[in-house]
Amino acid sequence: MGKFMQGYLDEQFMELEELQDDANPNFVEEVAASYFKDSARLINNIDQALRRGPLDFNRLDSYMHQFKGSSTSIGASKVKTECTMFREYCRAGNAEGCLRTFQELKKEHATLRKKLEHYFQVQASDQLCVINQLQNMC
Amino acid sequence: MMNPSQGRGLGSGGGSSSGRKQGGEAVVEMFPSGLRVLVVDDDPTCLMILERMLRTCLYEVTKCNRAELALSLLRKNKHGFDIVISDVHMPDMDGFKLLEHVGLEMDLPVIMMSADDSKSVVLKGVTHGAVDYLIKPVRMEALKNIWQHVVRKRRSEWSVPEHSGSVEETGQQQQQQQRGPAVSGGGDDGVDDNASSVNEGNNWRSSSNNSRKRKEEEGDEQGDDDASNLKKPRVVWSVELHQQFVAAVNQLGVEKAVPKKILELMNVPGLTRENVASHLQKYRIYLRRLGGVSQHQGNLNNSFMTGQDASFGPLSSLNGFDLQALAVAGQLPAQSLAQLQAAGLGRPAAMISKSGLPVSSMVDERSIFSFDNSKPRFGDGIGHHHGQQQQTQQPQMNLLHGVPTGMEPRQLAGLQQLPVGNRMSIQQQIAAVRAGHNVQNSGMMMSLAGQQQVPFPRGGPQSSIRQPMLPNRITERSGFSGRSSVPESSRVLPTNYTNLATQHSSSAVAFNNFQQELPVNSFPLPSAPGLSVPPAQVRKPHSSSSYQEEVNSSEAGFTTPSYDMFSNRQNDWDLRSIAFEAHQDAESVAFSNSEAFSSSSMSRTNNNTTVAATDLGRNQQQTLPSMVPHHQVYGNGPNGGGGSSSVRVKSERDTAAMAFHEQYSNQEDLMSALLKQEGVAPVDTEFDFDAAYSIDDIPGLIGLKAD
Repeated sequence: MGKFMQGYLDEQFMELEELQDDANPNFVEEVAASYFKDSARLINNIDQALRRGPLDFNRLDSYMHQFKGSSTSIGASKVKTECTMFREYCRAGNAEGCLRTFQELKKEHATLRKKLEHYFQVQASDQLCVINQLQNMC
Repeated sequence: MMNPSQGRGLGSGGGSSSGRKQGGEAVVEMFPSGLRVLVVDDDPTCLMILERMLRTCLYEVTKCNRAELALSLLRKNKHGFDIVISDVHMPDMDGFKLLEHVGLEMDLPVIMMSADDSKSVVLKGVTHGAVDYLIKPVRMEALKNIWQHVVRKRRSEWSVPEHSGSVEETGQQQQQQQRGPAVSGGGDDGVDDNASSVNEGNNWRSSSNNSRKRKEEEGDEQGDDDASNLKKPRVVWSVELHQQFVAAVNQLGVEKAVPKKILELMNVPGLTRENVASHLQKYRIYLRRLGGVSQHQGNLNNSFMTGQDASFGPLSSLNGFDLQALAVAGQLPAQSLAQLQAAGLGRPAAMISKSGLPVSSMVDERSIFSFDNSKPRFGDGIGHHHGQQQQTQQPQMNLLHGVPTGMEPRQLAGLQQLPVGNRMSIQQQIAAVRAGHNVQNSGMMMSLAGQQQVPFPRGGPQSSIRQPMLPNRITERSGFSGRSSVPESSRVLPTNYTNLATQHSSSAVAFNNFQQELPVNSFPLPSAPGLSVPPAQVRKPHSSSSYQEEVNSSEAGFTTPSYDMFSNRQNDWDLRSIAFEAHQDAESVAFSNSEAFSSSSMSRTNNNTTVAATDLGRNQQQTLPSMVPHHQVYGNGPNGGGGSSSVRVKSERDTAAMAFHEQYSNQEDLMSALLKQEGVAPVDTEFDFDAAYSIDDIPGLIGLKAD
């Protein structure tokens, strides 16, 4: 992963990579895809909840708990940090804090997405290179 | 544990590695691959990852994203799964509810998991009967060992009298029981259901009827073989069972609850009124202790009492800590442990705050326990209790929530006075003897220290604080077997059960005798290692049981200590008073492995009589309140020493814990490991320590009657 991902993804991501093998060659990418799909949904829900009148902190906390859970599973450390902060604000009933943090969270989330997309592309092209090389060898 | 004949084993059908006597070799090899896991989580990403991880462990995985769906799957296919892993937060049903259902209906081990590592939640998991609690992100290492829970559960089920099936086969009962389901083979109904917990459950049900009958006819004790293990095997008050018990009691009202009604409400086949009665005794003692303690150290207690199930309150905290212990014991997967510990440690503060006591002290659990430098394990878990006022003494007291602090004031005083540091020294000493199990206990004890009030049923001179952890000590005092002369101080820390600190030194004395037994008791006292009194030491089987119980109880978190362990022993000992199943399980697990004692411990409480003889109290030097002589405890209280039993348990636990600790490592019981870590005698969650140690093995104990 190197510097490109540094800080954005933690050891958990590496664990996932270790789970990938020949029998499951795209495991990590599949997990990432699932994560972004699910988190997009959650972000949407939270967005809507934040727009509603007085904030329902319990509900928000619950959403964020889910978000944190999946972010943790994939190793998204920065996103996870924002989730934790968001929940703190929820517990404190601090609406402004929640809103602010959520903006940050969305930013981190978007950044991670881009990075991962790039990461997988590179991986895919690497694989292609290898294949090409092998073919060339023949 | 599944005998091939059973049909269901894991993998090739034999799943559990525990004593499969029959033709298990093949199965054992395969085990645990093929373990059928049902994983429930509403998060699709997590599900995907878990599935992949589990598959890598060679388990058979079924995914489910809704709790209701999972339940219906389980109901449709009762024997289709070996273990369930479930998330805590789910939209359609609370994970704990699912946990309860599964525990009651299918009696399968359930592992909870969550990104939430708050102690309260972890505690809740424990009190609701989860065999483990994993904190996300879940790592492979954590999943690799989940099979141990299956084994453990099977084994503990074994000890349950209801498993009459095994009774017949086992004949010897305890021995057999320990072998685990595999051995028992179908008992009455001729079904070998040992193989799977489910099967066992089934057989169990049918056989339980038989056994129940037998039991009544024959009167338990030395059961005869066919009578059903009931005689020998004690009822293992697993976490689930205890929860049911608590629910029933709460429903009836603690004051008004009578065994008969509780039995009816619980509706557990094979459970007898006597089982419930003795358990109720212990439970009452435990509650009393909590009530008393709460004043001071109360933090833990209070928090517990108010927080979770009252009964589990203190224990719960310990449980959390035990994780550490357990982890240390190596039982707990590093990851889980870490998570749990984190949770646990983090919690202490929380816990204390509940009661209003300074949190800070607690928070620094580690530091508190750190006094026991030598014993890392101890320091870890126990810390949480420290928060309470005095780290030194109080902590211990608190820990012992469950354990009736039969410690005499004097002893308590002594205990209290021991600054944490002192405590440790003692512990260290003990640890030296025990192998560090003490440490764990000490930690526990420490927290309980606050409890001085622990009434020491026995009032043995030493009783309270000294947990008989060191068998040696006991001998000196009580003149029990000539144990090595362990300095009194060492006694202080009841090896594992120090937590029981409240127990009293008497238990320490008892422990000596019990030594042999203690280990057996397998109270997973956090310090398990410490507790596991070298088998040789423990002489009194009886004491060990009591010890166990006490240990269990003392361990704040795990009051249920002796249950499991002792189950082998005298059966139905009322579960070691406080041992609330939760703890017991943990402890029992821990203990079972280590010592046969564990089972006896439980019984011990009941048997105060024997214990008393041993002078448990004597040994108890103030040091560990928790270690109430096993005997004493049991005999004393109105419950037959329920209170004392708890104390006793401790003592036994200490020794047992120590020994247990060693043994524990054998046990795969995570819980036990945890408990040990915490300093709480690892209680075999399944209480299967019985299996490990047949109470019968302990010469002295055999005669002891639980109640």
